[in-house]
Amino acid sequence: MAMDTFLQQIINGLVLGSIYALVALGYTMVYGIMGLINFAHGEVVMIGALVALTVINLLAGSGLPGIVIALIGLIAAAPVCMATGFAIERIAYRPLRRAPRLAPLITAIGVSIVLQNLAMLIWGRRYHSFPPILPSTGYEIFGATISGLQIAIVVIAALMMAGLSLLVQRTRLGRAMRATAENPQIAQLMGVDINRIISLTFVIGSALAAVAGLMVSANYSIAHYYMGFILGLKAFTAAVLGGIGNLAGAMLGGILLGLIEALGAGYIGDLTGGFLGSHYQDVFAFFVLILVLVFRPSGLVGEKVAERA
Amino acid sequence: MLEVTGLRVAYGGIQAVRGISFHVNEGEMVALIGANGAGKTSTLKALARLIDAAGGSVRLRGEEISKLAPHRLVGQGIALVPEGRGVFPRMSILENLQMGAYCRSDRDGIDADIEHVFTLFPRLKERARQLAGTMSGGEQQMLALGRALMSRPQLLLLDEPSMGLAPIMVQKIFEVIRTVAAEGMTILLVEQNARLALETSQRGYVMESGEITLSGESAELLADPKVRAAYLGE
Repeated sequence: MAMDTFLQQIINGLVLGSIYALVALGYTMVYGIMGLINFAHGEVVMIGALVALTVINLLAGSGLPGIVIALIGLIAAAPVCMATGFAIERIAYRPLRRAPRLAPLITAIGVSIVLQNLAMLIWGRRYHSFPPILPSTGYEIFGATISGLQIAIVVIAALMMAGLSLLVQRTRLGRAMRATAENPQIAQLMGVDINRIISLTFVIGSALAAVAGLMVSANYSIAHYYMGFILGLKAFTAAVLGGIGNLAGAMLGGILLGLIEALGAGYIGDLTGGFLGSHYQDVFAFFVLILVLVFRPSGLVGEKVAERA
Repeated sequence: MLEVTGLRVAYGGIQAVRGISFHVNEGEMVALIGANGAGKTSTLKALARLIDAAGGSVRLRGEEISKLAPHRLVGQGIALVPEGRGVFPRMSILENLQMGAYCRSDRDGIDADIEHVFTLFPRLKERARQLAGTMSGGEQQMLALGRALMSRPQLLLLDEPSMGLAPIMVQKIFEVIRTVAAEGMTILLVEQNARLALETSQRGYVMESGEITLSGESAELLADPKVRAAYLGE
């Protein structure tokens, strides 16, 4: 097991993990505020990826610099995702605010299916490829390669997470979000319009999902209507790994899951004598999910989950 | 200032409050006393719009507020210190106080009021950065009261401020309640500790199984043989 392979997998894992972390934040924010798993969140990422990719493909021959095109793609995708997130909450969750907890879980799956099929109608069943607009120069460090795109993904994800942390910890809106998460009734007494806070939570999470969607499609050079499902499940795993409801946990869980997957995929062949190949990558995420649920259901940095009714 | 007429509260088929009427004048402290389950807390919750009233009207300075969205109430000048205190346990003392001023935007005024709360409760100042959940029940009650004051209310609703507290803490809390009242605050005090409530307030109402059965000057109620027998343990 050469050092350079190891380092390469660490790099790949960090990139993948940054994306998982951004998506996981969407799950964990909504859970923190409403105690609800928004299983449609993965589809928001998918919509972000496909909208961005559509715009990017339209502009690919325009002669604009690749970074500008990617940015325009994001600027197009973000409002669509934010509107989708807003609509999901209004249509699928708000009418069920006082319903038993199973009900919104079922509508979440329903919304997920609706969005997938909607995307299939709009973009078809085929794979959409990301045009080669971004510089593909790689930088070598200790025998491993990291591309400009990979650096950009990690840096942008880190910036977005820092921004979100500042928003939640330091601003009046962030205080209102935390107050709503802790006790919505009391937050209302303070004058917090909790419906507005819940809507904003979905909108912010969806904006992060748009960024993540662009990152995924750029990183894998591909997007399709079905991509949100598995990505959503993994990001959900990351959120649970870190401790659902906890922002720092989602970030940590995302990065860790990315690393576990990348290292697992890199070494599974060696470990099993070639019996299992790197296409078993997905197994790791769900193996981790099972282990966490069995041994530490509150996650790595999570508190008691049962406290929220 | 507050005029409640025919207020009813029901949980499913059970009537917790059966059409009660009372009023609180400007600058007055009024006590609502009664046994556990008499409907006192339900009354306050309906006033604060935490639950929907089944009927009746609630007027604040003549304006009907019983249909208002709950988060609009603080803008009308009402603050509730809820039963069980209801501080935000994972936020610091300072953040809890800032939440109390959520609807205000006068930063200087807010800072001055935080200092004012700190002079009322020096203990809170010492622990300003500490998480509210790590404080004792009495300290949390101080915080809940301070937080309510942060919205600069015109009417303060207090729900069982003495509940679960050590006697020395109850004394401290009521000292501050008297101070706040002396500053001209209008207060509706709900208490199970009838003696304390009547000794602190000017007027009182006695609630029994969802109805108001007695009312009058607090001093008169304290002397009333029925009250003495039922609520003062004599």
